[in-house]
Amino acid sequence: MSTTIVPTGEAPPAPPETGEVPTSVDLAADFRASGVAEVLDELDRELVGLRPVKLRIRETAALLLVDRARKRMGLTQTTPTLHMSFTGNPGTGKTTVALRMADLLYRLGYVRKGHLISVTRDDLVGQYIGHTAPKTKEVLRKAMGGVLFIDEAYYLYRPDNERDYGQEAIEILLQVMENQRDDLVVILAGYADRMDKFYQSNPGFRSRIAHHIDFPDYEDGELLAIADTMLTGQNYHLDAGARAAMTQYIALRRKQPHFANARSIRNALDRARLRQANRLFETTTGPVGVEALSTITAADILASRVFSGGLDSERKEQS
Amino acid sequence: MRITQGCFSFLPDLSDDQITAQIEYCLRNEWAIGIEYSDDPHPRNTYWEMWGNPMFDLRDAAGVMMELKACRKAFPNFYIRINAFDSTRGFETVRMSFLVNRPKVEPTFKVTRTEVAGRTVNITMTTEY
Repeated sequence: MSTTIVPTGEAPPAPPETGEVPTSVDLAADFRASGVAEVLDELDRELVGLRPVKLRIRETAALLLVDRARKRMGLTQTTPTLHMSFTGNPGTGKTTVALRMADLLYRLGYVRKGHLISVTRDDLVGQYIGHTAPKTKEVLRKAMGGVLFIDEAYYLYRPDNERDYGQEAIEILLQVMENQRDDLVVILAGYADRMDKFYQSNPGFRSRIAHHIDFPDYEDGELLAIADTMLTGQNYHLDAGARAAMTQYIALRRKQPHFANARSIRNALDRARLRQANRLFETTTGPVGVEALSTITAADILASRVFSGGLDSERKEQS
Repeated sequence: MRITQGCFSFLPDLSDDQITAQIEYCLRNEWAIGIEYSDDPHPRNTYWEMWGNPMFDLRDAAGVMMELKACRKAFPNFYIRINAFDSTRGFETVRMSFLVNRPKVEPTFKVTRTEVAGRTVNITMTTEY
């Protein structure tokens, strides 16, 4: 389990406590005052690709903003259901977007604290009778006032074992999702096909989740842009040869098993940095400049096993 | 007899909103919260039963209120108190403690004076249910 404290700016502006109901509302001013624009801009700027996801988040933000205005004018009383489902292949940015979502909901005033608790089955389900309920409740207590992000949520339900404790965790989750909608927002995440199966066997979840957001795979160009962003963040850069090699690498890696989008790129870059360090040790004599220390060359990337057809063990399986 | 102890003992009973606000104050100070219950409010009865473990790393009072609700449901006719523990000094020190539930019919205390050698009087206080 990991707690991420979102570095949020100022607290959401409190609605005017005048007691009288306003007759008109300036949505644009509301939008500016809430700081939602910053989160959305940040999302656009820092996350490559994911166009449908960004669109959905914009729509959700607009809906929540309008809903808040309606509430202030006395048109609605109920809190909208905010529980969400993020589906997509590994490495498509589900956790990163969940973090932004927590920030967004905090700025709109739909969650009080805006932190994100990221858990998996292990954090919710116990190992013996009577262990699950306290464990699930502890996680829920910590997530109160923020967002609970359940990664690979379908592991909670094991149809092959009817005595599996996951069912108990599901029941507690459903109960809290229904009764304490004001206190926390639950985001379920996982691969699309397995999540679909999970919802089919747990109709309770399906009906309690209002927003289903699908994360598409990244395109090759987007992955290259992601690689650039990651390296810039660590004060590295690719030279022209390395950029060509990286383009080739992405195309090849995509066809090999266990491709995990941005995560594969991060791993590839980690290994490239390793090779770069090794190369510097072996080839250079005398002092090394800043430029040499921060440049990744084609050789660092071309040495990858991806270019010789993947891992040895996997090559054997394929032939 | 209306028994008072801990913080706010001079005030009327706190409402749930007021309890929530006090817990928020505790959490802002990064104190852990424990819920304890007992049917014996005797001043010398220091160690009450614990309702689960003290709660660490909470961010919002809703989590505590959820447990308090469960505790009240299980022990409607018990005293329930909330303790806040401060760990700044390297061990958990109680920084705040206040009652959040009391039974409908409260016990009283009975004082027994026993004369012993040399006109000394020993005083014993017992809880009368």
